[in-house]
Formats: sequence, C-alpha cells, structure tokens
Amino acid sequence: MVSQARYDEGEVAEIIAEHAGLEGPMLPILHGIQERYGHVPEAAVRQIAAALNLTRAEVYGVVTFYHDFHKEPRGRHVLKVCRAEACQAAGSDAMAGAIERALGVRFGETTEDGQVTLEAVYCLGLCAAAPSAMLDRRIVGRLNEAKIGTLIEEARL
Amino acid sequence: MTKLFIPLDSFAVACGADQIAEEFARLNADRGLSLQILRNGSRGMAWLEPMIEVETPDGRIAYGPIEPGEADALVDAGILSGAGHPKRIGRVEEHPFFRAQTRHTFKRCGVIDPLSLDDYKAHGGLKGLERAIGIGAEAVVAEVTQSGLRGRGGAGFPTGIKWKTVAEAEGARKYIVANADEGDSGTFADRMIMEGDPFCLIEGMAIAGVATGATKGYVYLRSEYPVAIDVMREAIARAHAAGVLGASVLGSSHVFDIEVRVGAGAYVCGEETSLLDSLEGKRGQVRFKPPLPAIQGLFGMPTVINNVISLASTPEILAAGADGYKELGVGRSRGTIPIQLGGNVRHGGLFEAPFGMTLGDIVNDVAGGTASGRPVRAVQVGGPLGAYFPVSLFDTPFDYEAFAAKDGLIGHAGIVVFDDTVDMMAQARFAFEFCAIESCGKCTPCRVGAVRGYETVKKIIDGERPAENLALVEDLCNTMKFGSLCALGGFTPYPVMSAIRHFPEDFHGEPMRVAAE
Repeated sequence: MVSQARYDEGEVAEIIAEHAGLEGPMLPILHGIQERYGHVPEAAVRQIAAALNLTRAEVYGVVTFYHDFHKEPRGRHVLKVCRAEACQAAGSDAMAGAIERALGVRFGETTEDGQVTLEAVYCLGLCAAAPSAMLDRRIVGRLNEAKIGTLIEEARL
Repeated sequence: MTKLFIPLDSFAVACGADQIAEEFARLNADRGLSLQILRNGSRGMAWLEPMIEVETPDGRIAYGPIEPGEADALVDAGILSGAGHPKRIGRVEEHPFFRAQTRHTFKRCGVIDPLSLDDYKAHGGLKGLERAIGIGAEAVVAEVTQSGLRGRGGAGFPTGIKWKTVAEAEGARKYIVANADEGDSGTFADRMIMEGDPFCLIEGMAIAGVATGATKGYVYLRSEYPVAIDVMREAIARAHAAGVLGASVLGSSHVFDIEVRVGAGAYVCGEETSLLDSLEGKRGQVRFKPPLPAIQGLFGMPTVINNVISLASTPEILAAGADGYKELGVGRSRGTIPIQLGGNVRHGGLFEAPFGMTLGDIVNDVAGGTASGRPVRAVQVGGPLGAYFPVSLFDTPFDYEAFAAKDGLIGHAGIVVFDDTVDMMAQARFAFEFCAIESCGKCTPCRVGAVRGYETVKKIIDGERPAENLALVEDLCNTMKFGSLCALGGFTPYPVMSAIRHFPEDFHGEPMRVAAE
C-alpha cells in the first residue's frame, strides 16, 4: 500500500530537518516525501527550495528527472512490471498485455477507482527468474497467468 | 539443533522464500523440531530457488525449488535428516553447475549468514582489510594493480590505477563510491553479493579507503532492489557497532564510514559522473570529462567510484595475494568474472569463472540452452547497451578484448538468451526506445538520436521504404556512437547494429550495407 497522507507543512519540515545534515540531502528528502504522500506536492517543493537555499526550478528539475518521484498522487498500489530484455526473452510482453487487459489500464495509467497504478520498470535483477514484477515493495518472479491473477486481486484490495 | 538455510536473496524471495521461512518457523514451534532457521544468500543456482539446505553429518543437503505450502510434507518426508525426496539436490558443492566454478568473489555467498560478522570472519572475512592496514596504502595500491583487476562495471579500467590517481590527488577529503546502480537487464551480481555477503563489499570499500586516504564511502543502490537495501543497511550498522567501520577501523588510525543512498529509478545514474551528480542531489546528468572523478569527483573531491564487484573482489586479492588472482584468466582479462545467465535459459543464475570460456560453452553447457527447449537464436551480452550475438559467434572467448574485436562488449557480464521466436527488428526498436526513455538529455546525439532511431525502425517495421530507412538508422548509429557524451547514447548502436548485421533476414530481407569502419 502506498501511503497517501494529506500534505502537512509541519510534517514536511520534519522530513527535511531529518535529512538536512546529510551531504547532498535532496534525494533522501524527496524519497521521504514521496513515501509519505505518494507524490511530491508543489508546496513541498517550495519548502525544500527554501530549506536548501535552491530555486524552485532546481528542485522541480530534480523531481521531474527521476522515475521514482511524481508530481501528482497515483494509485493506492503501484504495480511495476519489468519490460527489459531478459523478461522479454521469457515472454513478458504477453504477461504485460494480460495485466493491461485485466486492470483495464495501459502502462503509466491508474485505474479509475484510484486503486492501482501500472508502471513499466527496467530490470528488477530477477533476470534468472523472469518474467518479474513488483507490487509496492514486494517482488514476484516467474510470473505466469495464475500469479498475475493473484497479484491483481491483491492490488485491488 | 538442526540448521535450516532458507535464502533471503531476491530470487528466492520473489518465489516465496519469506512464506516458506514462516511455514518452517510455525512448524518448528508447533512440532518442537528444534530447528535453527538461517536466512542465507543465494548459491547462484536461480532455477532451483527457493533452494533450502539442511545441515546434516554428511554436509549441507539442498532441496529445491521449494514452493510455499510444501513445508509440512517436506518435514514428514524426513528432509531434516537429509532424506531422499524428488526435490533433493544433494550437496551443493557436488552439483555440476557449482563444481565447475571458481568461486573467488562469491566464495561466501549463499554459504554464510550474510548478517553475521562472526560467520564472515570464520570464512576468511576481514583478513584482506587487516593485511591492507598492515602493509599500508602504497603496497595496497601496488597489490591491486598487480592483480590485474579491471572495473567490473563494464568499462574495464584497471582498478589499481584508479586508486593510485585518487591516492596521489590532493583534497580536503576523499570518497569511495560503490556503484550499485545495477540497471542492466540480465545482471544481478551486485545485488547477489549485497544480499548474500554484504560485509565483503564493506571490507572492499574500507580497503579502498586505506589505499587512498578516503574517509567516507557511499553505496549508491538502486531503488528496484528493496532486499539489498535492507541487508546492506543492516550490515553497515553491524560493521559500525563492531568497529570494522568508524573512527578507528579495526583499531587502526584509519577513519572510514559508509552510508547507503537509494537511487530513484534513473538508469543513466549507473554512469559514474551522472551517479555523482545524483548523490550530490542534482538531476542525474552526465558530466564532461575531464576532470576525472578521481581528481574532482563527489562534491569536487578526489573520488574512487568503482562497481560493487570490483570492490568486492579486493578483500580476497589482499588476503590471498595478487598472484593467485592474476594467474586466472586470459590476455589482459585477469581473474574471475561472475557471469550472469538470464532470460530464456534453462539453468539461469550466477556462474563465477576465470575469463576465457567461450560464449558457446557458457550458453550451451553451463546454462543448458533455452528454458523453452527451442533453439538459441541470439544472446545479448552486457546489458541493454550490449551487442546481440548469433550462434555463429559462439566461439568468442569471454574476455574484454575478444568481445570488442567482434563489435560487442562483456559489460557487467550479463548474458540474456533468446530462442528462435525472437524478432530482432523489435529488439532493435526496443534498444532505441530504452535509450529515449532513459537519456539524461544533456547531449543531442543521445536525446534526439534515440527518438529518431525509434521512429525510423518503426517505419521499417511498417514496411515504409525499408532500404532507405535502414541506411538512415546506420547513419544515426554512427552519429550516436561517436557523438554521445556517455555510453548510453554511445553504446545504443551496439544492440541496434548487431541486430541488423547478424540478423538481416529480420529486417525485411533487405541486403546489408556493412558500415565501413
């Protein structure tokens, strides 16, 4: 389950303060915020910029560069399916198609009820147990139709 | 007390190992089995994962692949005393896949409890660091140089020379950065060592610290590796508590600390300068070189940035001496290489061997061909930026120079096997698509070339003036290869051109115009 807490200025300040002493604190801060709110709210970008003495454009540039950070909230679960070569060789394209059909969304989209976001990922390091996927922080290998069914059921809960 | 090993490695966890461990723990309590359940790394035989091992008077007896829900039946069948069972593998050391290896860097992986420093020491751990502290910086650099170790991330730059440059560079402080942003499809060696023997990486980084005078280390670890992140963090905390890291490394005057930093899903951050910018908290864009990271790296300070396997190879080199390592291998590729077998492969996993085996021996004999049982048609070596090799090139020895001579690269030593259902034109299109998705955007050949290449291959697929568009793709590849700032744009032509060159029949049968290079 992805945490989708409501933005709270004081809490964001705490997340920033927690990492401010690190060298290069930007990514740890952004991970903290993404993890808590399921995205990086615009207001948090302003707070980070002020705390790290950067322009908002600089922080915004970092947020938009990385696939892990998102400007808008997404699904309560994120299902990442590996689309890289090793999984392709093991038939992942067919699995990916089956997942799209079962969820009724395409890669990069969120189901209408806001329950699941489907994403492509390029390698989970499970290349000898391909095809593979990751539901939130849980990894799954040797995907087959039965396992896909279970995964989707779980994601819809 | 019977010891039962259930791997915590991602291969095993992704196939139910955590549930299996819970089931055995419950049985242990319910039936009073007096089991000691240990979570080890993987032995590297991924097709047998989750592979559990029982310690018996005859050695550790393995069973696999185990599935959740089997624990009761397995215990009833007497596996806790090593009894016969359809899934009994026997002693791992006697398994042909394992016996044929030379386990150097991975010698403890899967054997020990990854988070037990005592176990680590009992299996030869920390001897390299102890010796490094004893012989001093210059001798350590000389030893690593002498070993012939080259960067295992793919570039193959001599590790000792990199360390020497940092050792001689002036700086208010120096850094050791472990590049654990293992984004190449078909590779998982970094992940396996971090999950199965994290102290080995910690020790390697500390040795690099002793050699160069660096006092701070970072492990830049990709977010797609949740298990490795947890294990690595815990191992660092334990190493710190035990005085392996900290203000006095193993009681010496050396100061060294390590921190894990989690990446954020950008493939290009595996490129060293982009990784450094990312660590500094910026967009992970590639830097111009020079200055080299060894002179001006992280926060402008002299920085050793090495692949995980390069660093993890040094404890054993220091402990056993450079000569033993150097004796292994061929040509200028010395020592061992953890070959990773993935994709459509019968026996997938990690196989550590000296350089020099032929690609055919690796794919046919070690890996046993395809999982689908169909003929092998292509293998991609070295990740998404590596060339596709046809069966006719299977006599190529696994060696940096031999692969370069065949317009390929060994990269991080991942081999992805495809059977005869593969459409090489689709693979060429994917190579461009991947580059377009992951390009950092700094240089034009990569940023624009990848998109243009994707569009052009799509036209060929649609049958739109194939000969003309194929010529355009070749021209584009030439520009990307020589005009890109880093290997992402510069090497994307390898999979594309190798697909066109070796599998022309997939490109609408148009005759090949081999680039005169």
